Amino acid sequence: MRGNPGAHELIAPGSLAAVLELLASAPGEWTPIAGGTELMVAHAAGRLAPAKLVSLWGIPELRFINSTGESIAIGAGTTFRDLRAHTGIAAHLPLVAKASSWIGSIANQGRATVGGNLVNGSPAADSSPALLVYDAEIELVSVRGSRRIPYADFHTGYKSNAMTADELLFAAHIPLRFAVHRQYLRKVGTRRAMAISKVALAATALFEAGVVKEIRLAAASLAAFPARLYRTEAALLGRPIDAETIDSAREAMSAEAKPIDDIRSTAEYRRRVGCNLLEEFLRELLAEGSDR
Amino acid sequence: MSHRHGTIRFRVNGESRAIDVAPMKRLLDVLREDLHLTGTKEGCGEGECGSCSVRMNGELVNSCLVPVLQAEGADIQTVEGLCEGGALHPLQQAFLDCGGAQCGICTPGMLMAATQLLSINPHPGMAEIREGLAGNLCRCTGFKRIFDSVIAAAANDQPSTPQAAHAR
Repeated sequence: MRGNPGAHELIAPGSLAAVLELLASAPGEWTPIAGGTELMVAHAAGRLAPAKLVSLWGIPELRFINSTGESIAIGAGTTFRDLRAHTGIAAHLPLVAKASSWIGSIANQGRATVGGNLVNGSPAADSSPALLVYDAEIELVSVRGSRRIPYADFHTGYKSNAMTADELLFAAHIPLRFAVHRQYLRKVGTRRAMAISKVALAATALFEAGVVKEIRLAAASLAAFPARLYRTEAALLGRPIDAETIDSAREAMSAEAKPIDDIRSTAEYRRRVGCNLLEEFLRELLAEGSDR
Repeated sequence: MSHRHGTIRFRVNGESRAIDVAPMKRLLDVLREDLHLTGTKEGCGEGECGSCSVRMNGELVNSCLVPVLQAEGADIQTVEGLCEGGALHPLQQAFLDCGGAQCGICTPGMLMAATQLLSINPHPGMAEIREGLAGNLCRCTGFKRIFDSVIAAAANDQPSTPQAAHAR
């Protein structure tokens, strides 16, 4: 059933301040739309619920990539094409560059935004695992001011998040301290382009003097939202990487993962392949150490 | 303007257009229904197949996913804008020569994705062609002849010709 364009209001205030005023004037009434790669799909299928939409496309204050030397700030309106084209992202945040390169296709990458990917909150979101293992912070803005929360605390359930009705996602702040960490990101999908993840795993780790000194693991499609795997991390921290550790880490991940059966894959496949990805990363760590 | 209707202005294939339309109407439908530019096709209608690809401000977009309000002030190029002075664009000629089109539904999108690719990378390798066209699905002629068409068009685009300079 095709959506009826006449059934939705869409306005484009054109500035961040005007959008925030609108959101504050009627909290919960207006739904922001950026590049439309999610909401327009729902619209085409006749299942776009919000009656009032406010366009964020083309608002210059939301589209930026700034480096302070200690961290890189990515504006919510930054497209994945912007990220792919940015030499600083490629050099300092390789997992973000990699994730950006496999989101959708060229046409989607030119429209899909970081803010849209995060707020949409798909369990399979492509940019999320990388941001989680980089300890990203999310900056939220409203007419009341701005606040920052760890990205790991942003998603609170299936397609729900920590934002209040008058807030807009402004930026992701990603620290650059992981340059010395061994980094990993792999997505398993039906094909390279246009595929939604069956499962994806990201990792950053320090492996020194034969033991895991620091480790962060995050997965897509292993829970109701993209999430860190804290218990699996705990099974690895301070341990040498040997057959025993790999086995216990796989067991921890098997227990911690809460995947589902859906049209793209099964829970069993996701759990097993997720563990295989973890083992692949651990064996890389063992073979290469922390030197990147 | 009412939030459910209003005048949208943009340029299509170099020509200024103003249309009175619902802002949530898809750019695809505006092109086909309001401007009668039916070269742009609808395949899946959900951004997966690339049949509706057009260029907006020099970026490739799926026109089925663009609410027309977001095209306000934009420069749009559709497949109708490829030929110049009635002559086929070199890419169109290459698709013809190499058998890169069969039923024709994907062809306008393939041409626009290939145009986008060659605008950035005039002499792409096979991996780059595959990536550049990865969002465009063909279900009859197969991809090899389409890739061959892009290679042929790029090979004909000699760096010393004025046309090549224009393409950059």
